[in-house]
Amino acid sequence: MKMIKNSLARLVPEEIPGVGKFEPYVSPFAYLDRKLTSPAIKSRPIHPQAPRHDKVTSDIKRAIERSGLESGMTISFHHHLRGGDAVIPLILRALSDMGFKNLTLAPSSLPDSHDFVADYIRSGLVTRLFSSGARGEVGRAISNGEIEIPVVLRSHGGRARAIEQGDIAIDVAFLGAPACDKYGNMTGSAGRAACGSLGYAQLDARYARHVIAVTDNIMDYPLRPRISIPQYLVDQVLLVDSIGEASKIATGAVKISRNPVDLKTARNAFDLLKASGLMTNGCSFQVGAGGASLAVAAFVKDYMKENKIKGSFGLGGMSGYMIEMLEEGYFEAMLDVQSFDKSVTDSMTRNPNHIEIDVSCYANPFNKGCAAHNLDMVILAALEIDTDFNVNVQTGHDGVLRGAIGGHPDTAAGAKCAVIVAPSFRGGVPTIKERVTTVCTPGETIGAFVTERGVCINPRREDLIRRARDAKLPVKDIRELKAEIEALTGVPDKPMADESRVVAVVENRDGTLLDSVYKVV
Amino acid sequence: MSGKKNTNSACRSMLYMPGNNPGMLQHAAVFGADSVLFDLEDAVSEREKDAARRLVSHFVKDVDFGKVIVTVRINGADTPYFERDLKEIVPSRPAAVRVPKCHSPEDVTRADELMSEIERANNMPLGSVKIHAMLETAHGIEHAYDIAVSSPRIEALTLGGQDLTADLGVQKTRGGVEFLYARGRIVMAAKAAGLSAFDTVWTDLNDIEGLKNEAALAVQIGFTGKAAVHPSQVDAIHEAYRPDTKELRRAFRIVAGAEAAEREGKGVISVDGRMVDGPIVTRAFNLINLASLYGIEKEDDLT
Repeated sequence: MKMIKNSLARLVPEEIPGVGKFEPYVSPFAYLDRKLTSPAIKSRPIHPQAPRHDKVTSDIKRAIERSGLESGMTISFHHHLRGGDAVIPLILRALSDMGFKNLTLAPSSLPDSHDFVADYIRSGLVTRLFSSGARGEVGRAISNGEIEIPVVLRSHGGRARAIEQGDIAIDVAFLGAPACDKYGNMTGSAGRAACGSLGYAQLDARYARHVIAVTDNIMDYPLRPRISIPQYLVDQVLLVDSIGEASKIATGAVKISRNPVDLKTARNAFDLLKASGLMTNGCSFQVGAGGASLAVAAFVKDYMKENKIKGSFGLGGMSGYMIEMLEEGYFEAMLDVQSFDKSVTDSMTRNPNHIEIDVSCYANPFNKGCAAHNLDMVILAALEIDTDFNVNVQTGHDGVLRGAIGGHPDTAAGAKCAVIVAPSFRGGVPTIKERVTTVCTPGETIGAFVTERGVCINPRREDLIRRARDAKLPVKDIRELKAEIEALTGVPDKPMADESRVVAVVENRDGTLLDSVYKVV
Repeated sequence: MSGKKNTNSACRSMLYMPGNNPGMLQHAAVFGADSVLFDLEDAVSEREKDAARRLVSHFVKDVDFGKVIVTVRINGADTPYFERDLKEIVPSRPAAVRVPKCHSPEDVTRADELMSEIERANNMPLGSVKIHAMLETAHGIEHAYDIAVSSPRIEALTLGGQDLTADLGVQKTRGGVEFLYARGRIVMAAKAAGLSAFDTVWTDLNDIEGLKNEAALAVQIGFTGKAAVHPSQVDAIHEAYRPDTKELRRAFRIVAGAEAAEREGKGVISVDGRMVDGPIVTRAFNLINLASLYGIEKEDDLT
């Protein structure tokens, strides 16, 4: 594999056999200066239907046969059902039983619990994988070199771009539908396996050659009061016993951390947002559902309350806390691409300002405008960050794949101020590295890195440095903080990797390559 | 207090941390508390006493806590751990050890003598590790002044509220009326002996309002600091000690007046047309020192 250095001095392949050619990463918005050609506009595949055509079957094999799927083709799934998802195991088992080989698996992401996918990689059912992340056994299998063709890891916006540009051509999308009617109208807002937004699935439904709604809940036609994916995009409705375990789909309400270290980090991040001057009427805001991130939201809410500030929109994955902020009037609207907890799943049917958006609308840099590009502030997590502010959310300190990129690089690039929050060290391993193991989000897009021990502002952001100093925040040079932490933890050895064997690549949202992930030894 | 500037580091808050919890100890310096108090006593179960003592001793010796004052609460003289705690903790050089259950001056002198032996054996300057005497019995409170002057090592008297309620046979109330006498007695004894006085903890983590009220009371009575049982309590305690803006403005004027008087070689300081005494000037300096902890360095910083 011929490797080339990108602008971050990372070696990336020029071509992945069996996948295609790639350009090396240049800069976050280099795509604006690049000559890009749109794929030729084709009409949607036509599927003439007779009146009262019956789309429903409960025979999985029959549905797969009807889809025209063949070995070597590409299949997709959404990950809205998270750890409770029963659609991916059901379909992969059927495909395996039917003797399929060499499929490309291109889900929006793989849930944490799907260790069995590794077995299908080993059996040869899946020989190419495109995902937002790889964890657990799947991550280990890839890192051990058990999949021949390097995995392409993309952000949510990057995957949307790849699908719309034709880099990922989905042959059959198997889309879990918590509520569905016999003609294929579906939503995630109702049903035993309700999951809220179907933002990732909406895009696959539009671009897949063949779409199968997989449901355990056929409701009266027409589905009401809400349709997330309309019938004219859906070829078949596959009725199964269960698409997922409710308790693992919509987990209990995400609680704000009471861990004092998380709270201190959140406090520092909030103080920085306050100093940034961005928390004003009409502001927009995204936080993850993780401990420290959500705690930032709590500080933001108190501040908005105290100062009578009303924001414009909250974005991204929605937790109950964000919806509470909507309902209590701190934001005009919530744009929801994925719903995190139970309290959120039916809120869209009740509240017109809780708006379901598809993943292209969320974060695709190549459509006519995505919400991430209108974002003021985003709070993001990290496994590692380096002294150049590049962030790793994908590989652990042992070099093994164990995370997911999600919307991290999309919102970091789009927001006016992207703040990374993380503990200074985890299990004795410091978070700040000289060079991160894997670049997932380029440092050029990061405003600041915040831990319980202080605030490190990207030197590229002189404006933010000035404001933070004026506000007397505990601003530290990232190298200083690194030294301070290493005085406690020592400096761990770099993970051992076989740099002659690329097992995965991280694609930037514009399709260029940010970094390579190597086989661990 | 003598001299214009209060050279003692402010110690508004003392954050308790269980001595058997390395996950917390390693973060001791980050929560903004003026001092941390590693606990070997009530927070540590019998079977973990040895491990906690060793852990705390290493942490205090090897970790840089920056400006944060590090103290250790040892087990009382009535326990089998008292001597071993001192033997392992004193050589790690904390700023002070907090000696619980001081009933009488003898409890302090016993600790003092042991500490002197340990300091000599370890080639440490004699008296370098201070004692914070914790009064938590009726007998201890009644002997507050005798305890305060029992050893030159004593730097502070502290109130131990939980044990005291048991000894008095009373309930802890939200308003703290049961401690009015004990608080007053401890502050008076400490100030008479030129020591600091630290208030007891507020234990209801969910009741920040209650903590604010109690911290305000502690400030009014004259306590120099208050202990915290959780990092979330530190801010409320510091807020209670925030100098009043009006008073601070006057302090800036007094200090300016004092500096002008010194420049001009005048013995009498006059501010706003009134003569100002020495103790008032000292208090103004102290207030300005305190204000610097809130990011207020000059009058313009006041909004």
